[in-house]
Amino acid sequence: MILTALLLLWPALAALLVLLIKGPGAKKVAFVAALAEFALALVATSYFNIENGGIQLALSIPWVESAGIRFSIGMDGISLLMVLLTTFLVPLIVLSSFKHDYENPNAFYALILFMQTGLIGVFMALDAFLFYFFWEVALIPIYFIAALWGGENRIKVTFKFFVYTIFGSLFMLAAFVYLYLQTPGTHSSDLFAFYQLQLDASTQGWIFWFLFIAFAIKMPVFPFHTWQPDTYTESPTQATMLLSGIMLKMGIYGVLRWLLPVVPYGVSEWAEFVLIISIIGIVYASIIAIRQRDLKRLIAYSSIAHVGLIAAGIFTLNEQGLQGGVIQMLSHGINVVGLFFIIDIIFSRTKTREITSLGGITQNAKTLSIFFMILLLGSIALPLTNGFVGEFLLLSGVFQYNGWFGAVAGLTIILGAVYMLRMFQGVMFGPKSPVTEAFTDLTFNEKAVLIPLVIMVFWIGLFPGTFLSISEPAVGQLLSIINR
Amino acid sequence: MNSIILLSLFGIVNLFVGFANSKRILLPLALLFLAVVFGVNLLNWNDAQSYFNNMLTIDNYAVAFTGIMTLATLLLLPFSQRYVEERDANLAEYYSLLLFSLVGAIMMVSYENLLMLFVGIEILSIAMYVLAGSDKRSLRSNEAALKYFLMGAFFTGILLFGIVLIYGATGTFNITEIAAAQVATDGVMTTMFTLGLLMLIIGVSFKISAAPFHFWTPDVYDGAPTFFTAFMSTVVKTAGVAAFFKLMAAAFAASYATWFPTLIAITVLTLLVGNIGAVIQTSAKRMLAYSSISHAGYLLMALIAFNANSASSILFYSLAYSTATVAAFGVVKLVATQRGGESYEAFNGLGKTNPLLAFAMTVAMCSLGGIPLTAGFFAKFFVFSAVLQDANLIWLVVIAVILAAVGIYYYFRVVIAMYMQPAGGQEPIKVNSFASFTLIFITALTILLGLAPALVSDLI
Repeated sequence: MILTALLLLWPALAALLVLLIKGPGAKKVAFVAALAEFALALVATSYFNIENGGIQLALSIPWVESAGIRFSIGMDGISLLMVLLTTFLVPLIVLSSFKHDYENPNAFYALILFMQTGLIGVFMALDAFLFYFFWEVALIPIYFIAALWGGENRIKVTFKFFVYTIFGSLFMLAAFVYLYLQTPGTHSSDLFAFYQLQLDASTQGWIFWFLFIAFAIKMPVFPFHTWQPDTYTESPTQATMLLSGIMLKMGIYGVLRWLLPVVPYGVSEWAEFVLIISIIGIVYASIIAIRQRDLKRLIAYSSIAHVGLIAAGIFTLNEQGLQGGVIQMLSHGINVVGLFFIIDIIFSRTKTREITSLGGITQNAKTLSIFFMILLLGSIALPLTNGFVGEFLLLSGVFQYNGWFGAVAGLTIILGAVYMLRMFQGVMFGPKSPVTEAFTDLTFNEKAVLIPLVIMVFWIGLFPGTFLSISEPAVGQLLSIINR
Repeated sequence: MNSIILLSLFGIVNLFVGFANSKRILLPLALLFLAVVFGVNLLNWNDAQSYFNNMLTIDNYAVAFTGIMTLATLLLLPFSQRYVEERDANLAEYYSLLLFSLVGAIMMVSYENLLMLFVGIEILSIAMYVLAGSDKRSLRSNEAALKYFLMGAFFTGILLFGIVLIYGATGTFNITEIAAAQVATDGVMTTMFTLGLLMLIIGVSFKISAAPFHFWTPDVYDGAPTFFTAFMSTVVKTAGVAAFFKLMAAAFAASYATWFPTLIAITVLTLLVGNIGAVIQTSAKRMLAYSSISHAGYLLMALIAFNANSASSILFYSLAYSTATVAAFGVVKLVATQRGGESYEAFNGLGKTNPLLAFAMTVAMCSLGGIPLTAGFFAKFFVFSAVLQDANLIWLVVIAVILAAVGIYYYFRVVIAMYMQPAGGQEPIKVNSFASFTLIFITALTILLGLAPALVSDLI
C-alpha cells in the first residue's frame, strides 16, 4: 500500500528539506510538513476498515532477502490510534516552539521530523528487526534534540538516558535474534511467525525479561525510571513533549505487540510481578510528585504514576485493562503535552518553574487558567474528561484481576488530585508574586496549540466510543492470540 | 594471484618514483595502483584457482577479504596528504611498505599451506614494525616500534613452533591434509598436535590483539603515527581474523572440541578487556586502540559460532569495522595535527567549526557502537545471530550485549565533545578535498550498508 509507505517516509523527506532551509523559515516549513503528515494519516484512516481486527494497509518488500527479513509495515486499530496520536501531536509540538528562537533551527526541526519517521515506523513495523531499527531511529534524534538544546545539566543527564535505553534495547535485539532463530525453515523475523512459535515455559520466561527490560526502561516503569525525571526536566520543552507524549507509548505499544502475544506463558508467569512493581511505581511516583517544587519535575513524576497504571492495566490481560491502556495512551499523550506546554508558557514569561515563586496568574490570564484547569482535570481523571475513561477502564481491569491491587492502584486518583490541585493552587491562585506581576494572557499561537488539545480532552471524555471502537477488534484479536 | 604480483611490482615502482623527488604524484599514483589491484582482484570472483603447487588458493573467500583490505588501504591513503608537505617524511617508502604489507595480508587470507601463512604474517609484520617507528624523532613512536618488534618476533616464534609441531604430528603443512589427518585418527590427538594447535592459536591471537595477548596494543597503537595505527587496526586485524577463521575451518574443524574452550576464554577476555579498558581512556586515539581490541572480540564471536554464517559475518563485520575505523582515525589524525592533541577535549566544538568532520566522526562512532542506520548495526546483528544458533551460547551474547552498551558510552564521549562542548575559539581544521571526499564516501557507504546490508552479506 503506497499510502503506508508515504506516511512513513514523508517526515524523513521533509526533514531533509527542512535541513536545507537556513534561518527562521525552517519552523514554518516543518509545521506545514507535519500538518501534511496529519492529513495523510487522516486519509489512511478513511481507507481503514474499523470492523476488522487484523492488519490493514500492509506493505511488504524484501529487505535482507537471504535472511528472511522483510520490510513489512501495516496497521491494525491499535497502530492506527498511535499513528494518529503521533501525527496529531507533532504539528502542535512544532507550533508550540514558534516563540522560541533556537540556534540552528533547521537542524532542530529536521531532527523532530526525522524522529517522527522513527515513531511511525515503530507503530507500523511488522518485522522484528524493522521494529528494532525504527526503535533506535526514534531514539537518536531525540537524544540530540535533548542534548543540544537542553538546559544546564543536559549532557550528563541525556547521556544517562541514552546509554540506559540502548542497554535495554540491546536485550530486546538479542531476544529477537533468538526468536528469529527458532522460526522454522529458513527463518523469518515476521511478527506472525513469532506468534506461531511454540516455546517452552522456561525459555519464554527469560525472553519475557529480555523484552520487558527494553520496554520498561522506555515507559518507564518503576524501578527502571531513574533516567526520566532528570531527562524531562533538562530537555527543551519540545523534546519533553516528544518523550512523554509519544515516545513512552513506544514502550507500551511494544508490550502490546511484541511481548504479550509472543511469549504468553512468560507473561502469565510474570504478570503478577509486573503488576506489583507497576502499582508500587504509581504510589511511589505520586508521593514524590507531591513533594516537588519544580513544575516540570512534578509533571515528570506524575507521568511515571500514570504510566504505571497503564502498565498494570495491560498486564491484567483482560479486555477492560487492554482497552483502557490503549485509550489512556491517547489521553495521557494529549494531557501531558498540554501541561508541559503550559509550563513552558509560564516559564517563558516568568523565567521560573518554582511553584513557591509563582502565584496569582489567574488574575492576569483568564484564558490560560481555563485551559490549564481543563488539562489538569483531564489528567486527574475527572468524569467527562479523557482521563476518566482510561483510568476507569484500567482500574476496573485491575479490580477484576485482584481487588487489593485495584484498591492500591486507585490511590492514583486521590494522590493525583492532591499534587495537581496543590500545583494549580500555588501557581494560579493567591497573591501575585514579583515575577507574575506583568503576566500576559495567551497569544494566538499558544491558543492554536491548546484549543485542539482541549477539544480532544472533551472528545475522548464525552464520546470515547469513537476511539474505543477503532481499537476494540484489534484488542479482541490480541486477546485471542494470548489465550490460545 | 595477480593482485599479489601487481602489488609487489607497484611497491617497487613506487620506491623508484620516490627518487624522482616529486612527492606530489606519489599519492595519486598509489591510489591508482590500489584501484587497479582492487579491480584485478575482482576478476578472480567465482573462479577459484590454486597456485604454486597448492601453496595459495584464491577462492571467493580470499577475493572478498582482499577486496576489503584493498578498499581500506585505498580509503586510508588520502589522510597521508600531510606527509606530502613534510620535508623529511619518506613518503615513497611509506607507500611501498604499505603495498608490501598488503601483499602479506593477501597471502594470509589465501594460504593453503601453513608456511604461506607464516610468510604472509612475516611480510605484513616486518613492514609494520618499520612503519610503527616511522616518526623518527618521536620517542613514543620509537618505543612503539621496538615494543611491537620484540613482542611480534617472540609471538611469531611461538606461531612457527606451533606449525612445526603440527608438522611433526601430521607430516604435512597443507591445511587440507592436516584436516584429513585428524579425521583419519577419529579426532584422537597426540600431545604434540594439541600443543602445536595451542601455539598456533596463541600466535594468531597476538596478531589480532586478542586478550590476554593484547598488552602491546594500546602502547603501539598510541605511539605509532596515527596513519599507520589506522592501517594496523583495519587491514592487519581483518587479515588476522580471516586467516584465523580459515585456519580453524579448513585445518582444525575436526578438533573443534579441543580448541573451542580455549578460544571461548580468549573471546570473553578480549571483549571484557577491550570494552572496559576503553572506558577509562582520556585520549580518543587510545580509546580507539582499546576499541579495536573489543572488536577483535566480536569478530572472534563469529569465529567460535563456527557455522555456515561465520564467514559472511566476519566479512561484513570486517568491512563495517574497517571503514568506520579508517574514518575515525582519519579524523583523529586531522584533529591531532591541527589542534595538537588526541584527548577528548581536542574534539570540543568540532560540530561548529567543522560540520563535515564531526558528522563523519559521529557516523563512524555510531557504526562502531552498532547503532541502526549504520553498517555496524548489521555487523553486530549478523555476529549475534551466528552465535545464537547454538542455544548453549546465549550467555556469551548476553555478555556481548552488555559490553556493546558500554561501547556506546565511550564512543559517544567523542560525539558529546564535538557537539555539546564549546569550541573555545578554536580555528576550523583545514581539510583537503581528497580527505573530505573520502570521508563523505565512507559515511555514505556506512549508511548504505546500514540500509541495504544484503549488498555484502550474501557474497560468501
